[in-house]
Parts: sequence; structure tokens; C-alpha cells
Amino acid sequence: MMAATVIAIIVQRNLFSVVVLAGVYSFLMATVLVALDAVDVAMTEASVGAGISTVLLLGALYLCGGEEAKPMARPWLPLVVTLVIVGALVYGTLGLPAFSDPMAPIHTHVVPRYLGQALAETGVPNVVTAVLASYRGYDTLGETVVVFTAGVGVIALLRRARRGREKST
Amino acid sequence: MKREPVLRVIGKLLIPYMLMFALYVQFHGDFGPGGGFQAGVIAAASVIFYALIFGLPAARRVVPERLVETMVAFGAFLYMAVGFAGLALGGNYLDYFVLHANPVEGQHRGIFWVELGVLITVSGVMLKIFYMFAGRGRDPGAR
Amino acid sequence: MEAFASHYSYWITVLLMAAGLYIMIARGNLVKKLIGLSIFQTSVYLLYIAPGKLIGGTAPILSEAYQLYSNPLPHVLILTAIVVGIATLALGLAIVVRIREAYGSIEEDEIVAADRADAGRGDGA
Repeated sequence: MMAATVIAIIVQRNLFSVVVLAGVYSFLMATVLVALDAVDVAMTEASVGAGISTVLLLGALYLCGGEEAKPMARPWLPLVVTLVIVGALVYGTLGLPAFSDPMAPIHTHVVPRYLGQALAETGVPNVVTAVLASYRGYDTLGETVVVFTAGVGVIALLRRARRGREKST
Repeated sequence: MKREPVLRVIGKLLIPYMLMFALYVQFHGDFGPGGGFQAGVIAAASVIFYALIFGLPAARRVVPERLVETMVAFGAFLYMAVGFAGLALGGNYLDYFVLHANPVEGQHRGIFWVELGVLITVSGVMLKIFYMFAGRGRDPGAR
Repeated sequence: MEAFASHYSYWITVLLMAAGLYIMIARGNLVKKLIGLSIFQTSVYLLYIAPGKLIGGTAPILSEAYQLYSNPLPHVLILTAIVVGIATLALGLAIVVRIREAYGSIEEDEIVAADRADAGRGDGA
């Protein structure tokens, strides 16, 4: 179903419907993430991807005009490049561990310590919050600064000069 | 849109629950899915919902621009202040164990203040970006 | 066939990645390119989270009733990635709005043609 949504996004030319389809795609992705036991990530993807993203895209479309995109005259070069990259990636994934393999390296290095010690060391049952806020607190500090920078950047780009409308740089 | 009675009624019913849900997600991030980011986005979404129904000037009266700009900076500042508090009390930067006599209680405190800082910054930034996009008029000369 | 069942999640990821990449390079409209970028980013989330799932496990919230948990480490990384992705999208859209006000269009071909025309006039004048 996600493949069908994405193909519809590629083909559709009315930008408003593309934005709505992108919101649908986000919700489908959130459902898949819940099926993969990633509940925190699913909540974030649903609220951010289908909520804020859609609002921002609609705001930008209002300011830019929702006219259709024109398809390229000779689309075969990007198609060939994409297919070559797909071939290379599929060849690469054959070497990766099988789905849900308990002996895969991802499960055996650091994670047993986090799962075993998180409750004893931090007293927080949600391991994702414990790792995010305590064990990897620096990363979250960096992420908060990134969000702050994005806000400052948008303010700097979109603020109107108060002096008049002749210069809007 | 504020003349539509259905939207007004539904908006007034839903917005307090959305804000309450944002606070619930924030404080129950320890025991279930949730945390600062999700709560910040939901809180911003509730104010955006109010702005969509009642108009941008009404939303600007309720949540002024100055407050939002202060929130954007204050959350990141709060996060860094928690780090410095750890430094001042004798541990490393962002060390939560020294924030209280009992190390596990110190972790709880550290995580609480840090998530609060994240909530303030994320909701402030999302709301500010919405204000900037929605408040900018369409250029009359362009196509 | 054995390889198909065990690597199916990777191939879905590659398919979504290819779709996002194709949108970015084959379409000229700037807003559509940004949507392609965000599709590409969501395929990367899938790439990280799918290997963390253990069949029979549950969400990584410790409780007495469950013993097997799915891997929480990719969840943390992807949480950060989602928030950074939307920061990128917001800045990209702000730039697109400014481009629209400066050039009057958000189609890549028209913008490049306008730049070439300007450069030609600038050299001649």
C-alpha cells in the first residue's frame, strides 16, 4: 500500500493532492512502525510527519501557488540511474543479517546492558526515554540545538524588513 | 472560518483536551511512549488548530510573538543549564547522579528538567515557524 | 526463496529509497523535490528500525510481564533523525518561498533559464 501511495505521489501533478498523499504516506509509515514495535518512533512520525509537515507544506503551497509540476521531456536518464542504484543496493542487502535474527550484531553489543541496567540505574521503565535523556543526553542536546537553529533560520529568512517594501532581502 | 458554528464548537471542545494530552504525553514519557518531542509537537498543533479556526490575529493575542520567541531560546538554555548544574555540584557536564543525594532520584530530576526544556523549544519553534509562514502575505506581483 | 522471506524488509526499504530519489532528480518542481527528500528520509527510518525487531518481542518498555524486547537503540537514533528531518523541511520550504518571491516561479527549469538570461545581460551591459 505504501508503494502504491508513493507511485501516486510521483505521477500526480496537482501539488495539493501530492501534499495530502504525503500525509497518507506518513500515517502508513507510522502504522508499519507500530507493527515493528517502535511505539515512540511511530508517535513521533505520526505527529511530526502527518501533522506539522502537512501544515508547513500547505503553508508553503499557499505562498507559492499550487500549480502542477511539468514532467521532464526525457525522463529515461534519471530512471536508469535510479535502477542502477536499486540494483547495487539489493546486491548489498543480500549480505545483511536476516530479519529478526537474535544473533545479529545489533542485538549483542551494547543493548543487553541498556535493557538490563536501565531500570536499576535510572528508575525509568521506558528504555527509549532513558537512553535518549540520560545515556545519550549529549545527542539530545545537539538535537535541541538543531531545532533551535531551524527556528532561528526560518525567522532570518522570512522576516519582513520593517522599513518598507522596496528592499525585501 | 470562525463563523462556522460546528467548527467553533468542536474547536472549543477539543483544544483543552489536546493540550492536556500533550502534558500527559510529556509526563508519562517515562512509563509509556512519549517524551519531550511528541509533547511539543502536539502542544504546537493545538495552538495551530486554534489559529486555523479563529484566525491568526486571535491566536497572536492568545500566544504573543514575544512569548514564542522567548520559548524558542529558553528551552535550549534550560537544557544547557541542567548540564552546568551537574558541573557546579561536582560531577561531569550533564551528570545526573550528583543532582540529588540518591543517584536514582537525581536521574529522575535530570530527565524531568531536560524533557521540559525539549518540550519548550520544540513547541516554540513549531509555532513560530507556523506564524512566519501564515503571517506572510502572498506577493501581489508574482504569478 | 529463503532469501526473499528473510530480506523482504530491506527490499521494501530500497524500493522506497529509489522512489524518493527518483522524485528528487526527475521532477523540476521545488516543493515536490522536498517531498521526495522526506520520502527518502522515511525509508532510512525503516532501514534502521526493521533489523531491530525481534519476532515475539515487545516494545522496549520494561515491565514484569514480558521478557523479550525489541532493540531500543535504533528507536533513539531515529527519533533524533525525524526531528532533524522536519527542521530541514522547514528551512527548505522557507528558502522555496523566498525563491518564489525573487523569481516568480518554483520550477527548476524556469529559474535556471532566468539566471542564464540575467548572466547574459550582466556580461553584455
